[in-house]
Amino acid sequence: MTITGSKKLQQAAGGNTDVALAARGLGHAYHGRNVLSSIDFEVRRGEFVCIVGPSGVGKTTLLRCLAGLQASTSGTVMIAGEPVTEPVPGVALVFQDYSRSLMPWASVLHNVTLPLRANGTSRAAAREEGLRALTLVGLDDVAAGMYPWQLSGGMQQRVAIARALAYNPALLLMDEPFASVDAYTRADLEDLMLRLQRELSLTVVLVTHDIDESVYLSDRVIALNGSPASVADIVEIPLGAERDQVGTKSTAEFAALRGRVHALIRGSRGSADATEARE
Amino acid sequence: MTPSTARVARTIGLEIWLPIVLVVVWWFASANSTSVYFPPLSSILGSFAHDWLDPAALPKNLVPSLQLLALGYLLAVVTGIVLGLVLGLVAPLERATRPLLEVLRAIPGVALLPIFIVLFGIDLQMKVLLIAFGAFWPVLLNTIDGVRGIEPVLLDVSRVFRVGRMRRLVSIVLPGASPQIFAGARTALAIALIIMVVSETIGGNGGVGYFLLNAQRNFAISSMWGAILALGILGYLLNIVLRIIERSVLRWHRLQQARLESQP
Repeated sequence: MTITGSKKLQQAAGGNTDVALAARGLGHAYHGRNVLSSIDFEVRRGEFVCIVGPSGVGKTTLLRCLAGLQASTSGTVMIAGEPVTEPVPGVALVFQDYSRSLMPWASVLHNVTLPLRANGTSRAAAREEGLRALTLVGLDDVAAGMYPWQLSGGMQQRVAIARALAYNPALLLMDEPFASVDAYTRADLEDLMLRLQRELSLTVVLVTHDIDESVYLSDRVIALNGSPASVADIVEIPLGAERDQVGTKSTAEFAALRGRVHALIRGSRGSADATEARE
Repeated sequence: MTPSTARVARTIGLEIWLPIVLVVVWWFASANSTSVYFPPLSSILGSFAHDWLDPAALPKNLVPSLQLLALGYLLAVVTGIVLGLVLGLVAPLERATRPLLEVLRAIPGVALLPIFIVLFGIDLQMKVLLIAFGAFWPVLLNTIDGVRGIEPVLLDVSRVFRVGRMRRLVSIVLPGASPQIFAGARTALAIALIIMVVSETIGGNGGVGYFLLNAQRNFAISSMWGAILALGILGYLLNIVLRIIERSVLRWHRLQQARLESQP
């Protein structure tokens, strides 16, 4: 990162404390080949933002950079006004593959409380908060005592979500969280996330390749395209707070927004190709 | 009888008939034996009862062996796990030491008996160290493999949620590597038993190996066979103890594997 860039950003962040996350000129290269290039966006507190792009566009790399799991090769990530070089407090991440992100040897409750215990919460308080988080995602005390792999896939991903919620995150990152479950479970989990985001005023950044999902969930959609990937455009989604799987998705407004995002990802900027996108 | 006790009874029935048949065959085939080297089973069992079941004989014949085995084996397991964790977590160190480890592990533990006698004498210390040396390698190498095979996503999870080094070791790395560690510990037990017997033939501290050699030298062939029988039973029982510990520590692993097999 350049010194001037970081200074400029601090000034910008100082002027707007509502910014939970900012990417500034973010780029990443593997073995000299650029995968991400000049990614710029901001996420405000309490916003639900989806980053959408085709498979292999570098979405996971982008999310890993945002989480501080991976250093970007250029540009900066700012969380709460501070540059990110490693995982910072208050950021939770839900991984795509629940079967790999949950500890198979630990009970559901133990999985959920590990981050709390690791950050100084007492055993009793962690247990209480863990059970509360599990209740939020619809899991009871019986499930809390089971091993994660004794639950269905959707339930396991709920455990991963509960683990993130128990951590009381200022920023919740999600990496294709519903890509490994069937369509019905996916719809349930999407509605769960919408409800939780509203009730807990969460700031969520969710990465997906599913355009419908991104439009359905988001306040704004960040569409990636190209190689190396960059932000094609950022689309406001004025669908309101109350959304439902059938009603919202059958509105003309939803179809238009989906078409717009689709067109952006396919590389045709603007709305000139909206007719093509609707096909 | 509940279904589960019925199943246990059937398992035992399936596993135990062959040993019984063999013992019966051995008993009658050897009943009238006049061979010096193959005495009748009745005489072997008589010696066995006298040498290994009589509480007065145990302090000299068995206790020294168990003590030696416990010390050497535990030393091997503990150092194997600790060094295995270090080498498993620090990849450059592991790569630098790998060829050396492969050479050292290839040396049979008993081949070092002469040099260990020169270095450490012929008493308990030497024997414990020799057992520890021999049994150390499978624990070490399995622990390294176990640690390196830990799900990388879990390590990412621990980084994102800022799980400290110690807790990561105890809550993620150690349990994640535990199936491999137990596999190493089982191999190590067999090796420890072999080295125990061989090392006890040196010096006069008693124990199974000492007893065995002594019986052979005194031409007490029935006692010799009895000691071999005792060794077999000792190894079998120790394995069962280890299996019981493993079943409880790796309960999650056993159940998870069973579930994976039942729903492919």
